[in-house]
Amino acid sequence: MKSLIFRTAAPVIVGVMLLFSIFVLLRGHNEPGGGFIGGLIAVAALSIYGIAFGVETVRRAIVFHPLAISGAGLLLATLSGLLSMVFHVPFMSGLWVYPVILGEEIPLSSVMTFDIGVYLVVVGAVTSIALSLEERGED
Amino acid sequence: MAVSTSPIDLSAALVLEPVAALDWLVILPVAWCICIGAVLMMIRQRGGLQPLIAIAALCVLVALDAGLLWHVSQDGPATMVMGRWLPPFGIAFTVDLTGALFALTAAVVALIGAIAAIDDINTSGRRYGFYPFLMLLMAGVSGAFLTGDIFNLYVWFEVLLISSFGLLVLGSEREQIDGAVKYGFLNLVATTLFLITTGYLYGVFGTLNMADIARKAASLQDTAPLVTLTALYVLAFAMKAAAFPVNFWLPASYHTPRIVVSALFAGLLTKVGIYALIRVSVMLFPFAREQLSLVIAIVAALTMLTGALGALAQTDTRRLLGYLVISGIGAMLAGIAIGGAGGIGGAVFYALHSMLVMTALYLASGLAARLGGGFSLATAGGLYRDHLLFTTLSLMLFFSVSGLPPFSGFWPKVMLVKAALDNGAGWLAGALLFTGFLTMIATGRVFLLAYWRPAPEGRATPQEALPVKALLPLLVLTVLSVLIGLLPETLLGLVQNAALTLNEPSAYLKSVFPAGSMP
Repeated sequence: MKSLIFRTAAPVIVGVMLLFSIFVLLRGHNEPGGGFIGGLIAVAALSIYGIAFGVETVRRAIVFHPLAISGAGLLLATLSGLLSMVFHVPFMSGLWVYPVILGEEIPLSSVMTFDIGVYLVVVGAVTSIALSLEERGED
Repeated sequence: MAVSTSPIDLSAALVLEPVAALDWLVILPVAWCICIGAVLMMIRQRGGLQPLIAIAALCVLVALDAGLLWHVSQDGPATMVMGRWLPPFGIAFTVDLTGALFALTAAVVALIGAIAAIDDINTSGRRYGFYPFLMLLMAGVSGAFLTGDIFNLYVWFEVLLISSFGLLVLGSEREQIDGAVKYGFLNLVATTLFLITTGYLYGVFGTLNMADIARKAASLQDTAPLVTLTALYVLAFAMKAAAFPVNFWLPASYHTPRIVVSALFAGLLTKVGIYALIRVSVMLFPFAREQLSLVIAIVAALTMLTGALGALAQTDTRRLLGYLVISGIGAMLAGIAIGGAGGIGGAVFYALHSMLVMTALYLASGLAARLGGGFSLATAGGLYRDHLLFTTLSLMLFFSVSGLPPFSGFWPKVMLVKAALDNGAGWLAGALLFTGFLTMIATGRVFLLAYWRPAPEGRATPQEALPVKALLPLLVLTVLSVLIGLLPETLLGLVQNAALTLNEPSAYLKSVFPAGSMP
């Protein structure tokens, strides 16, 4: 899109949205949010970037093919479930560790890695669809 | 009424004892397929590496499913509940003999398909993602066979449906899109009906765990609309399985994709519908099945006959095989209608036989088209003279699908006919035998026209002999069919035990709710 205002504003909006998507992802364990909705916000950000600067720029910016991102997410989610095998609990059990980093207790869990997997699956799959639709529009 | 102020006792709802290592076999086939599918998705551009990884992974899957079958046949049904929640709160994966047998056969079919695909799927097909789709399809199929939760079954149906859409349009030809639209539309209607019925079931039972439903169904027999529920499920799964009168989507779409994809679909997809139908009508609602048995029997007879007559009328071998798939579905429905160890065992056995043989027949039609110049019976010919081994294999498969001894199609037919006669349903036994006769004529016609008849004048007969690589998948499946036909005792024993567990699911219930933990 050849609008100077949009092109100037786009990088800022995209940056804020991506950050917000990660915030929503991490907040999702106990409050509204989570991997799916966070992923959709990230896709919205990438789509805005694509409308402003073209699909090629987005593809270069995310380095990997969107479907490869999806695959990585799927793998991460499944491996989070399989981690239970090591601890002799059933598949997909939530496993927690509480490391203390800089005097602050940070709860980390296989639930979170699963959710990050969901986030990546959504980002990859929906970006792939959005980018091919935008590509059609550009021809 | 005293209100308890003590904190909730989580130990009543959580799995506390460690899980036995063998029980991981229940979930591993699905998790393994998803992992490998994900890895293949990430290396989609590496066309050369894809088949190697996929075939190795499917070999492991066959081993896992064989181990699972061994475990289940030794120790009875096995259960794992996700995320430490006890049933009916957590999603349970429960495997009995039926599920394990279906899962193992499906894995074998997928492995053969992956080997055949080396030849059939070109580099662009691999880039498009044939192998990732295949692995995710297997995740869906295995999940459907292994799950013990009816909503989860719906989810696996969706997984396999989405992967099958991807496989169906591999190549994006005009004809394929046309087939995919018909296939997709009818399947979406069927899954939606499945979902609505499951919502209705949840309203009645307040649980989605199959063991819990089976336990409660007996006491709700007089008050809950179980026959309505079962009738809705029968319709939904009959659409999936392509039973008459909702069978039109199958011949309209199965001839459009690549031949390996057709072969996999013929072997896997309709059988998932049959499996779900057996699970729901036999194990969950046996009483309602008896009420509906006449309807199912009529549908079965009509499905068999329309399938066989349709096959007689076709000139395109792929469409002809599509009708044979339908006719086989009719035979399995006949078994479900008859019920009892003989009927259900026969249906399960027929399904396993049909998975192997229909896949083999589609692969054979693909090879025949490559050698004889097309799928049309009008122009084919001359295969017998030039390709003796291939002709022999094809003929054996034709006999097998018609139900002649000594091939795998014979024993399930015997079981079904005997069960039908024992139940006084002579007309159903007659329909089974008449269908076998019509199938023989239909496949005989293919043999006469495509194999025996000399190649038509003026066509340059391609003289290339088939490489062993191309014949191998067909050879393995035919050998399996002959072995099952010659040494049926093991499998007969297994399917009869499977049918007994389905008819009398106390072992299944015990696996999900060990003594004392009944809610």
